[in-house]
Amino acid sequence: MNDTNEMLLEFESKSQNESFARTVVAAFATQLDPTIEELADIKTAVSEAVTNSIIHGYVDRIGIIRMRCVICKDELTVEIQDQGVGIENIAKAMEPLYTTRPELERSGMGFSFMEAFMDQLEVESKLGEGTLVRMKKRVGKVDRLKESVTASQ
Amino acid sequence: MQDFRKHGSGYQNAGEEEATYEINKRCLIIHLNSELDHHNAVRIREKADKLIDRNNIKHIIFDFSKSDFMDSAGIGVIMGRYKKVIFIGGKIAVTNVSSPVDRIFRLSGLYKIIEKHDTVDTAINSLL
Repeated sequence: MNDTNEMLLEFESKSQNESFARTVVAAFATQLDPTIEELADIKTAVSEAVTNSIIHGYVDRIGIIRMRCVICKDELTVEIQDQGVGIENIAKAMEPLYTTRPELERSGMGFSFMEAFMDQLEVESKLGEGTLVRMKKRVGKVDRLKESVTASQ
Repeated sequence: MQDFRKHGSGYQNAGEEEATYEINKRCLIIHLNSELDHHNAVRIREKADKLIDRNNIKHIIFDFSKSDFMDSAGIGVIMGRYKKVIFIGGKIAVTNVSSPVDRIFRLSGLYKIIEKHDTVDTAINSLL
């Protein structure tokens, strides 16, 4: 059985595409048979990453955001990449409640939510070149539970 | 009670707006009609702040009965309105919260400063 799948999407860094990106990821992840809670987790994490690219990556201009999703067995990988300004200090940016844009009422919880809702989070960034956020999550815990129950019987 | 949903007060174009607004005494009720993300947060913030300033609003209720998604931008909107009303003794409540939205509130610690109620009516009774 072929248990890998991949998709690539490019869209403009306009705020109305935040819900578009969430919907696309959710639709793609459906083939892993996620629980409603897992789907909500993935949507939230993607929403945070895409919003960061729009607000912080491209600041006051429109650029292209690239979203790549890979399914490998029961694991979903989502990459959100922009060619924006980049992050000067990634560790600082990831601190809870830290934000460079308090005037926009940014809560500083974006990276915290990505970390909380996904299993794994990696951030690569270079000043003037852009940022790549890579998140991984194992999906379909209900199936795995069933398997373990069956295996133990 | 002023109901901006039914009357053309310029706050809503039928079915398209991200939220509808209702004022009951000094309480502003924001009925969210869409997912509370950054895109919608910008508009909701602008409209809510106009209503808060013009109507001497003290308390604010965010009603999630038609919204089952929120991210950190929603936290920002609620925190921002909290900072606006806290100085006049105002309070913030959320109602009809779905379980994904409830998780965001719990994780962010927002329940330390806002009230959660099952319905708008119970929230109004508690606030007014």
